Amino acid sequence: MSEHDHATEHTPAAGGHGDDPHGASANGEAVALHIEKWEGIWIRVALGMTVVFIAAITIAALSFGISVPGATARINPATLNDEGNPFATPGIRELAPGKYEVYMVAQTWNFLPDKLEFPAGSEVTFYVTARDVIHGIKIAGTNVNMMALPGQVSTLKATFDKPGTYNYICHEYCGYVAGAPIGHHTMYGQITILPAEGAAETAQVTSE
Amino acid sequence: MSVHAISSADLKAHPLPVPLTAKDLKFADRLAGLNILVGVLALSIGALLGVFQGLEHAKVLDIYPWLNPVIKTYYQGLTLHGALNAIVWTTFFICGFFTFAFVRSINRPLKYPWLSTVAFIVMVVGLLTAAVPMLMNNASVLYTFYPPLMADWAFYLGLTLLVVGSWVVGYSMYFTYYAWRKENPDARAPFIALASTITMVLWQIATLGVAAEILFQLLPNALAPVLGFPAPGLDPLLNRTLFWWFGHPLVYFWLLPAYVSWYGMLPAQTNGKMFSEPLARLVFWLFLLFSTPVGFHHQYADPGIPEIWKYIHMIFTFGVGFPSLITAFTVVASLEIGARARGGKGYLRWIGRLNWGDPSYAAQNLAMILFIFGGIGGIINASYNVNMATHNTMWVPGHFHLTVGSASTLTFFGIAYWLVPKLTGHKLFTKWLALAQAWTWFFGMLFFSNAYHTLGLLFSVPRRTMLGQSPYYSTQWTPQMMESVLGIAFLTISATLFFAIMLFTLILPRKLDKEIVMPVAQPADPTPAPKWLDTWWPWLNGAIALVILSYGPMLFQLIRDAEFWSKGIRVW
Repeated sequence: MSEHDHATEHTPAAGGHGDDPHGASANGEAVALHIEKWEGIWIRVALGMTVVFIAAITIAALSFGISVPGATARINPATLNDEGNPFATPGIRELAPGKYEVYMVAQTWNFLPDKLEFPAGSEVTFYVTARDVIHGIKIAGTNVNMMALPGQVSTLKATFDKPGTYNYICHEYCGYVAGAPIGHHTMYGQITILPAEGAAETAQVTSE
Repeated sequence: MSVHAISSADLKAHPLPVPLTAKDLKFADRLAGLNILVGVLALSIGALLGVFQGLEHAKVLDIYPWLNPVIKTYYQGLTLHGALNAIVWTTFFICGFFTFAFVRSINRPLKYPWLSTVAFIVMVVGLLTAAVPMLMNNASVLYTFYPPLMADWAFYLGLTLLVVGSWVVGYSMYFTYYAWRKENPDARAPFIALASTITMVLWQIATLGVAAEILFQLLPNALAPVLGFPAPGLDPLLNRTLFWWFGHPLVYFWLLPAYVSWYGMLPAQTNGKMFSEPLARLVFWLFLLFSTPVGFHHQYADPGIPEIWKYIHMIFTFGVGFPSLITAFTVVASLEIGARARGGKGYLRWIGRLNWGDPSYAAQNLAMILFIFGGIGGIINASYNVNMATHNTMWVPGHFHLTVGSASTLTFFGIAYWLVPKLTGHKLFTKWLALAQAWTWFFGMLFFSNAYHTLGLLFSVPRRTMLGQSPYYSTQWTPQMMESVLGIAFLTISATLFFAIMLFTLILPRKLDKEIVMPVAQPADPTPAPKWLDTWWPWLNGAIALVILSYGPMLFQLIRDAEFWSKGIRVW
């Protein structure tokens, strides 16, 4: 039957409302958007949820001080070894008892430094930059999770209360040569948090 | 104009509609078929490499030493896995599906069919150009190709051609849409035609970012050693920002074709109707508005971008979640109409009466269920500082295997189960295998993604890493790794089934019993959508304005302060 050839497979009604080009109802009249009752309720719920989520995040960001990295500083990766450059001697700087800064260089395929030690309760600010390609660093068990970009300094602060070891692992692909013993997947470091002498007693006293 | 001839003058004011002939349809079908063929071939390689990666992570099998003549490293495989699955499979399938559906929906031949042909050729040339360095381990930069990682120039050129080709698929649709509009000035654009055109416009806006990155930064640097001029250097942050201008709307380019099917076709596959056709249009317009000004939520962990801009993009990201929340109601309501028409009763018992026996339907409904989890995970990822817990951990691949890997891919499988028989004229081989394929994918992804989400969240296990060889591998991960292997086992069976079904449907000459017609869901309420939901300028201008507002100041600053200190390097 000729009705079954390809040209007629698509019945005119199949395309929605638009198929009668001179349909009076569609002729530029201002037709209001009709929304069914329960659909309207759901839309309000969805809008409400969206607002609540944004509010919750805003409050959390402002009150708990869990922050994301911002614009800190720029640094030419070619100058990282220059005298006076803080990244030329990567490592820990003690600012005050229990307060530290760490200058760290991420490079193929290790972190400088890759071993860190602090007493429990230390507040540590990390400054991380990359020498060659993009790297990433997430310190397990903390909210420190940053990209390390050549030309940029990434900064976040963490407080280490619980003694133990915390890995920091490169989480951005940074290369690997077939058969080589090292590569992106071997790039990591370790933070050891030592029980603070005296601090443990204090903690006990306050908890009782 | 004579006084008494107003109506006839009106008629003459616009050209007469051009009828759609069997020849036009045949042309569109041939292009659609070729596109889908390329997509499925790409997926077959990409999926296989995924299996190897999963088994490596779990220390079940490190196959890479044996693959060495073909695939040098895990990361070369990972590059192919990401590029072939997330870029090639999706883009070719979408371009094929849209070419097929757009022409039928708008009920008019393509204005310039040769444009669509050129588009396909450019895309294939691009794919082959990029494939050469990827297969030769000269472009193992993963599918995000963040500089200063520097691939062979052919990789960037090939990607550019692939993207430009997909633009031209869009141009062919825009010209046709425009011609149709001239011929039908007062009609509402049919939903499927409108929604697919909006998706291609969104893609056009989105890809401008990555086009700028490739043309102004990556290609010049990659070509410098070849052509013998000094490399101009790279600003990694500027490049990441341009990449993520593209990187997030990319996910809507994957998702919206699935939405076209869920809204515009799937209800008809279960005797349902579009619950609220005007709202479906609104959803697509909202995606056009909000899909691009959100890219910084992929850069929460980046230095160099002030927190306030990350915060602003977070708000827009929640804005782009909103149309998906509407979809959750409206699509389900459309399906419920169908289930009740099929005798479904009760508050929830009707779900059993959906058309579960049809593999095309079942696959897409299962894709939706997985997308619920994908959507929730997405909201968590978008949540600014909460993202610090999940950024670049295994949580992220866990997430996007539910979205692009399930919501999109499983839906495309479902579409293929009516579209490929339609295009080949052959019966699906077979209904039961296809049903098994859909369910094994569903359970496979459920286990796999649950395992990866957990590994990321609980143990900060990094993504895109050859974990089996890492010194920090922990036995704590074992339960989740075993769960992921269970998922991979299901997925391997499922993918094998899919390729077998496609192959045997194509080659076995089992003629169709009756002709297949594209499923088109009719609106439950025949009142046409208001005109503002069929009008481009407010939405298109709004989208451009939002992009300028959300990206303009920061991009201006990044370009003004750009330091091209970095040189491209090869570290693989």
